[in-house]
Amino acid sequence: MSKPPHGSCGEVGLFVTCLVDLMRPSIAFAALKLIEAAGYTPVVPDTQTCCGQPGHNAGDARSARALAQRLIAEFERFPCIVAPSGSCAGMIRTHYPHLFDDDDAWRIRAEALAAKTFELTQFLADVAGVTEVPGDFAGTVAYHDSCAGLRELGVKRQPRALLDRMPGVEQRPLSECEECCGFGGLFSVKYPDISGAIAQRKCDNIRASGAGTVALGDLGCMMNIEGRLRRIGDEGTQVIHIAELLAGRLDPD
Amino acid sequence: MEIRSMHFVSRVRQRLDDTELQRNLQRTRGRNAAARLASLSSLDDFDAVRARATDIRASVLRDLDVWLERFEAEATRRGATVLWARDGDEACRLVIDIARRHDVKTVVKAKSMVSEEAGLNAALEAAGIRPVETDLGEYILQINDNEPPSHIIMPVIHKSKEQVSELFARVHGTAAKTDIVELTREAREKLRPEFLGAEMGISGGNFLIAETGSVAIVTNEGNGRMCTTMPRVHVALTGIEKVIPTLDDLATLLRILPRSATGQAISNYVSLLTGPKHEGDADGPEHMYFVLVDGGRADLIGGDFEAMLRCIRCGACMNHCPVYQTIGGHSYGWVYPGPMGSVLTPLYQGLEKAKDLPQAATLCNQCGVVCPVSIPLPDLMRKLRQKQVEAGLRPWSERLSMRLWAWVAQRPALYARGVRLAVRYLRWLADGRDRIQAMGVAPGWTAERDFPAPAVQSFRDQYAARQRRAGR
Repeated sequence: MSKPPHGSCGEVGLFVTCLVDLMRPSIAFAALKLIEAAGYTPVVPDTQTCCGQPGHNAGDARSARALAQRLIAEFERFPCIVAPSGSCAGMIRTHYPHLFDDDDAWRIRAEALAAKTFELTQFLADVAGVTEVPGDFAGTVAYHDSCAGLRELGVKRQPRALLDRMPGVEQRPLSECEECCGFGGLFSVKYPDISGAIAQRKCDNIRASGAGTVALGDLGCMMNIEGRLRRIGDEGTQVIHIAELLAGRLDPD
Repeated sequence: MEIRSMHFVSRVRQRLDDTELQRNLQRTRGRNAAARLASLSSLDDFDAVRARATDIRASVLRDLDVWLERFEAEATRRGATVLWARDGDEACRLVIDIARRHDVKTVVKAKSMVSEEAGLNAALEAAGIRPVETDLGEYILQINDNEPPSHIIMPVIHKSKEQVSELFARVHGTAAKTDIVELTREAREKLRPEFLGAEMGISGGNFLIAETGSVAIVTNEGNGRMCTTMPRVHVALTGIEKVIPTLDDLATLLRILPRSATGQAISNYVSLLTGPKHEGDADGPEHMYFVLVDGGRADLIGGDFEAMLRCIRCGACMNHCPVYQTIGGHSYGWVYPGPMGSVLTPLYQGLEKAKDLPQAATLCNQCGVVCPVSIPLPDLMRKLRQKQVEAGLRPWSERLSMRLWAWVAQRPALYARGVRLAVRYLRWLADGRDRIQAMGVAPGWTAERDFPAPAVQSFRDQYAARQRRAGR
């Protein structure tokens, strides 16, 4: 398949996610690069904030609905919405419609948005049908399946297939790769000792995989895993977002 | 059983610090999950069976009263007596009345989680009736000073063989054994005379079949069959939600229950008990009773949590739960641990008594995916969190911060300023390093792991600058 001409495939609304915006902008720049390389025109609505998941998971339904309505209004004009996070894409795709179970007008809009929202690797592999990725990473990589991406969106084969396109990457199997890392949003702060113990097991499995790098698709899980690795004195294992790995070097404009 | 879920946090700490328990949890971790997965390959279409099982359980709940009446009529027609208990206390009174009526001194018990709900053993003892647990796991717990079970189908999964060996030697006054077969034989020798001598047997019930008035019991040790056929009196004690319409439905559910529970295509024993011994029968009890307990179940019908009543008590949710497998069943503080317990406990015992349970979950949805009757456990936990907020059971600081977050996030200009401030604050905390090791606003995070320092500028600021430079 030859590469489509630049921007010919249409616009894609990029939902950056609040955590990427605040903590690790390089993930969003990597996503922009990947979407462009796939032949689409990424658009970043500058009024975007948060998808409302913290409120949804904390039992604050009113907050969740208010933020969902904002996001729907912001993004529904795009033929396609992409987020570099299985968790936030999962919030939009599987939870948004239920936020409006008793509000037909909004539910219909939520369902329409849900149907065209994708996690980044899902978009690249399934929608864009990408066969080449710009990254030139070389090394051993283990992939951790974050919970929402895996179980709400079915993201499993896509990131691995994309990594297969990188000749320098040697994928290593990760034992219990589908097990939760113990992040769970505010759970990590409310029940730190349980969260830490679960994260420890994840780190043990990562270290046992023999991979120099662990890649994953959610910044929350990344911060949890990387933070735990560093706390136990592991400075060597690299923790990287799949977008950063696939995109490779980011040009300083 | 007295609830201790309000002490969840301290119970968890104790168990995380218990190196022996942690070793035991590690040893059994993933075992049942792997067995389940392997056993599903012998089902031609798991999803179809699961959908059918879900439908059976869901549809029976829509007309629960009708099916219970049908069950009562059929069971009565076949010579059993059906009694109804509003709660655990009433269930205990009914069982004790039955025992007194039939001059019972000793009761042999097969596994019944409803009897744990009701605190039946303590009530029997107080009434001068001696209960003897005959499920091996339950027996071990009973002789260990009535320790509660830590799992709904493997009650003693938290103990090692060595711990059981030490317990048997101490309580039985025998030489310590290390071989599991020998340990089992020792328990069997202790239990045999109890089976022969007991006047009454109490069992739980995996399913109540409405069209025949039967109770189905799924076990692996054969003790259930002894308890229900050898003594003069058999009492089946279970929850009202366990009814299913037909034997055909039972066949469907039996394809999925043992597989989900232990990874067996079928359990060693499946007993279908219908009425007392009839003329010409070789064995069976002279009297058969059903004590069917509400205990908070009826209140769930037609509400947000009705799906929870579909539960067939397989334990798959806890076998796959990262939290359960890390903290063990006792941390949860009541009869039912793991995800299903985190939903049931606040519903049956009161939201305010189990505030931590719906919160102490990562919502990873492993439980929801493996549940054989498709109970959306994480969604139910979210709904419970919502009920907690509505009931004012969450700390004001948490409620305020959620509101504030949402308020600011609806105002992009203000939000952008907030993000800028947060970046500066976090970078100040990091003090030139790439990480933060102690953070006042979220001490829980840095108690267990480092927090990364953010980039110099947020994405929105970097992107806006880039767009300006590009003249867009």
